[in-house]
Amino acid sequence: MAECISLMSASSFNQADIISTVEFNYSGELLATGDKGGRVVIFQREQESKNRPHSRGEYNVYSTFQSHEPEFDYLKSLEIEEKINKIRWLPQQNAAHSLLSTNDKTIKLWKISQRDKRAEGYNLKDEDGRLRDPFRITSLRVPVLLPMDRMVEASPRRIFANAHTYHINSISVNSDHETYLSADDLRVNLWHLEITDRSFNIVDIKPANMEELTEVITAAECHPHQCNVFVYSSSKGTIRLCDMRAAALCDRQSKFFEEPEDPSSRSFFSEIISSISDVKFSHSGRYMMTRDYLSVKVWDLNMENRPVETYQVHEYLRSKLCSLYENDCIFDKFECCWNGADSAIMTGSYNNFFRMFDRNTRRDITLEASRENSKPRAILKARKVSTGGKRKKDEISVDSLDFNKKILHTAWHPKENVIAVAATNNLYIFQDKIN
Amino acid sequence: MFPKGTKRKFSDSGDEPAAGGEDVNQPSSVAVRMLSSYSLQRQSLLDMSLIKLQLCHMLVEPNLCRSVLIANTVRQIQEEMTQDGTWQIMTQALSAANAAAQCSADRLVATEVLCRQTEATQGEQVLKPFPAVGSEGCPAEEEVVVEEEGEGGVTMSTVSPQAPTSYLPGTFGMDPCWEEENGEDEEEDEDSEECGSGSEEGDSDRLVEDSRTAEQVFGTFEIKNPAPSPDPALEELFSDVDASYYDLDTVLTGMQSAPKMGPYDLLESLSSHGPSPLSSSTSCRSDLNELDHIMEIIVGS
Repeated sequence: MAECISLMSASSFNQADIISTVEFNYSGELLATGDKGGRVVIFQREQESKNRPHSRGEYNVYSTFQSHEPEFDYLKSLEIEEKINKIRWLPQQNAAHSLLSTNDKTIKLWKISQRDKRAEGYNLKDEDGRLRDPFRITSLRVPVLLPMDRMVEASPRRIFANAHTYHINSISVNSDHETYLSADDLRVNLWHLEITDRSFNIVDIKPANMEELTEVITAAECHPHQCNVFVYSSSKGTIRLCDMRAAALCDRQSKFFEEPEDPSSRSFFSEIISSISDVKFSHSGRYMMTRDYLSVKVWDLNMENRPVETYQVHEYLRSKLCSLYENDCIFDKFECCWNGADSAIMTGSYNNFFRMFDRNTRRDITLEASRENSKPRAILKARKVSTGGKRKKDEISVDSLDFNKKILHTAWHPKENVIAVAATNNLYIFQDKIN
Repeated sequence: MFPKGTKRKFSDSGDEPAAGGEDVNQPSSVAVRMLSSYSLQRQSLLDMSLIKLQLCHMLVEPNLCRSVLIANTVRQIQEEMTQDGTWQIMTQALSAANAAAQCSADRLVATEVLCRQTEATQGEQVLKPFPAVGSEGCPAEEEVVVEEEGEGGVTMSTVSPQAPTSYLPGTFGMDPCWEEENGEDEEEDEDSEECGSGSEEGDSDRLVEDSRTAEQVFGTFEIKNPAPSPDPALEELFSDVDASYYDLDTVLTGMQSAPKMGPYDLLESLSSHGPSPLSSSTSCRSDLNELDHIMEIIVGS
């Protein structure tokens, strides 16, 4: 049973407030969101304390900063959007937190640090900061640390620019904690976190003649444990697993994952709906999950010819593909995520619905992220879309689904049953009541 | 080709389509309708895709993934149309029109544009941007009246690409784009509501694009057939359109480059003069403004 613990939203609807990415950090204490206006908002979980037993681990705003600004490419006379495409946290190495955020062209490493103490009693300067007259200094004292209001500041520590001709769609931190990869439509680059002026190109699928281009890279991710392995997915529904030890340029894959097409369901839209919008390794590293337009597939890395599990997200849309092509919804890129134990997966749909599948029991549930049923501590009710002629009470018919309300971005807490769901410009956080 | 389990609207004609297309009339009329409905839907999908590709080009920076997927869909449709001979029909019609009528460029454009006009709108006025367009309707010999009832029950998404080999497209006449459907506009609208715009304005918008589409579509045949002797009217008509606009390379990358001969590149073959000079983004932008202006005229705003 899921209950809503927080709902954050802007007071008035502004295009710039549309959330474009959501990501928990490694401990789950922090939740970062990026939006279309180039801003990053970080939420921190309140520590449950005896004083406030009902706070139940709410997430409150911790820091807000402008990560990317709109730019203009003078060479091509084109604007570069400031929309944050992805945020990935770096493992915490000291008191500060670091994350990578990227727009279409530039990746930035931000350090977020907090100060809640200040020093008082300096020898050489007085309380205002003015230098003290040397003649006045007659004795030596040790400054003391006094508490102050918590101040969180974010500063850009690295800017990784000018390495991508096409739009960056993915970034992924490697398990060695030293390198990370970034992928655009045609290339994948490998960076060192400390070095900003160069990157290694490890995959390049750009054809010599652009007119021969029929396939693009849609997502890429590093393996969670093997720092030499990564995968990238394509618009043709294939996934390639590459080993960086094999060659400097990983154009030839080590493994090639593709499910053979079902000839009976072939249509002009087959390729478009097979295009993979997201790929995620399981925490264990044994499986990976891919999201295409209508389904989520779980693959065993040891079996290339077909997925081990397939979950239908909204099969009722199959008969509406022509309309969805016309209104461009068929190109929507939905993300997917695993829970901490890899026993459940979650992905979004239309009408502010999102779906969760339990891999063990094979049960699935559809929930809605809407203001009406998301008052704090409200329990979410399962929803159902009616596909047949008869519509039961409480069911929604396919034709009354709102295709403007799409949930593209979701995230699952790495350890607990807490999920974050982004619905346009609203962020919903739900937790499992049983916990 | 016909999807399993699709309800046939014309349930009284339970007989299968005639094999070999020998008997054109009675038993095959049902299948003719279904086939033409499928062809219409396929054509409308092709039109929609081409419009999307052009719109891609108009955006700030086109989304490469989307462009590639749409381009692949267009290729797929073209391949299928080539397989079932529809493509050849259009070529023949085009060359017939060329041979028969003095190869007047006006007539050439007129027939294509007008046929689409009649199809898409309800006898709206001839467009100003195409001054060379004549006022006659489709030539009678190229006209096939198709009676559609409802949507024919065939939806695009469930049709397999296997062309019905038992159907000689010649038996039922031209490709649907040549068909005149005077009284069928509502149904066409209904039909295309799933797949296309249903509004008047949408149709008008489609109009310009359809004309372009026709040019694009037919343009590729000019490559196959020897180009007719250069016609000043034709050149004048196309002289101010940016050739690189139809360049797939440009479409895909949003970057202006030397115009190359591509699958959708047509103006270089249609017009006798050499490829247009490399144009910068600004001139493309001015073309966009012109296009906007043209569309405003059509829409009447």
